Amino acid sequence: MKLANLNPTAAPPDTKVASQTPAAAGSGKLRFFARGLVPYAYLSPTVILISVLMIVPIAMVVSYSFKDNVIVEENPVLVGLANYTKVLTDPDFLVALKNTFVFITVSTVAHLVLGLTFALMLNTSLLGGVTKAVFRIIYILPWLFTVAVIAVIWRLLLDPSGVVNYLLTTVGRMQQGVDWLSDPGTALWALTFVNIWAGFPFFMISILAGLQGISSDLYEAASVDGAGAVRQFLNVTIPQLRPVLVSMAVLDLIWTSQQFALIWMTTGGGPLNATEMLSTYTYKQAFSSYEFATASASAVIVLLLSLVLAFFYVRLQKER
Amino acid sequence: MHTRKRRRLGAKIAVFTGLCLGAAFAGLPVLWMLSTSFKANGEVFQVPPRLVTENFSLEAYRSILGDPDKLRFFVNSYVVALSVTALTLFVAILAAYGFSRYEFPLKRSVNAVIISVQAVPPITLVIPYFGLVVALGLYNTYPGLILTHIVFTLPYAIIMMTAYFNTLPKELDESVKVDGASSWTALWRVLVPISVPGMIAVGVYTFMISWNEYLFALTLTRTDNMRTVPIGIQLLMGQHSYEWNQMMAMSILGSIPVLVLFLLFQRRFIGGLTSGAVKA
Repeated sequence: MKLANLNPTAAPPDTKVASQTPAAAGSGKLRFFARGLVPYAYLSPTVILISVLMIVPIAMVVSYSFKDNVIVEENPVLVGLANYTKVLTDPDFLVALKNTFVFITVSTVAHLVLGLTFALMLNTSLLGGVTKAVFRIIYILPWLFTVAVIAVIWRLLLDPSGVVNYLLTTVGRMQQGVDWLSDPGTALWALTFVNIWAGFPFFMISILAGLQGISSDLYEAASVDGAGAVRQFLNVTIPQLRPVLVSMAVLDLIWTSQQFALIWMTTGGGPLNATEMLSTYTYKQAFSSYEFATASASAVIVLLLSLVLAFFYVRLQKER
Repeated sequence: MHTRKRRRLGAKIAVFTGLCLGAAFAGLPVLWMLSTSFKANGEVFQVPPRLVTENFSLEAYRSILGDPDKLRFFVNSYVVALSVTALTLFVAILAAYGFSRYEFPLKRSVNAVIISVQAVPPITLVIPYFGLVVALGLYNTYPGLILTHIVFTLPYAIIMMTAYFNTLPKELDESVKVDGASSWTALWRVLVPISVPGMIAVGVYTFMISWNEYLFALTLTRTDNMRTVPIGIQLLMGQHSYEWNQMMAMSILGSIPVLVLFLLFQRRFIGGLTSGAVKA
């Protein structure tokens, strides 16, 4: 969530809709002229909303990115690729790019590992249904809080005199408390940790659904062949889950690269630019420096990166 | 036989321990938030930290609920999230009906656009939205927020709703149409009433997205009387010298709608959500 959080979320591909094409096509052609306009009528509100709120704005931001002094002045002038050169040679942007890369890859790998581990434990036949249901609700908890709340919780926990530092100093691992989110050496890792905490439940839920979808025949066949628990996991569970794991990973890369609120409310991209990401960089260019043209160039770059990832996602879905 | 039983018990203990560790990781931060909301602000960082305070108090909640300025954040969030949910459901039902029951030349292209729209980053849209919303006179208004939230709730709502309609046999609406009714009647009189479970999943999801939205609420509103709960929590952080207990109380009050919706519709909701990611 946001859902995140903001969760522009899992996209089942068009196969579902396309699969019913052959059956309906025959009779549909005949009736097409009579009621050909009816489906468009049903889709018109959607088409209007998406055009006005998606296609027009994207065209606007692309055109802003080639101009100078947009929004703040009446008559912006075309400057070609100047904004792009400015952004791509800005050391702050390059730091943001690097931080975003670290943030999204570490988060995604950790989400996969935690999600898979918890899902496997929750799927066990060793424990009763009620016990598992209680654990499942606890595990989903982090996902139910909005990013603003998550930011507040972890600012409290990671405060220099907060409970995390208390535990670490008492157990004796550390001499004194660390200001995790304000120390340039730890801020990016602390932020990534918070994001891992906030995001693993969605992985867990999806993987759990995937696990429950694996036919028990496959496990029986494997055990007849003498495969132990480890071999069963490697030869049955992982191959069966692979499509879910891969598409969740790509989706997570997309979502995490778009994360703004969590960063903005915990570190604001600081200290210095230790946690500056593409999203906070773009936001600051626009709404702190009022450099809407450079911000637009940066926003278009972010869009292109997302589209590349989305392209992979769609390709993966088509292969299946 | 005996060793086998013992081994099973060993595995049981191992899994249970693992689950408890995971539950501590997932649940303790939430528990700590709850506990802090019942403390006096001076006790928040007391050493050693205590999960249950001696001076249990509802003072933090009282000061949030007794402050009309803070209640206003909740009113705003409800107005926006409920309007977004109603509008999204209405538009998504129409679109899903078109997708589920008709064949038409542009079907695949429109569908592809709806799917790819989900990959567009909010940060890319916020700059032109700012320009558009100001130009249309919607800056710092409910409609400005509602319209921009819909962009992010609509695509998935259409996809989920189409999948739901696809599970319902076409004969249902065809049988009504044979009696001379229009497709509009078939949709609202026959399909919608039996689609309530699907609509609940979509509605809960939409409400959650809108209730939690942060970036647009931050940039497209200006005055405190238009701010939503997530921004309100952030404002509380800057206002006075950190009132941690109030921040936690506000966070909990702000999370209650989503928590309640989730607990009530858990099964349906998870089912609807994962069917997309898993079966796709």
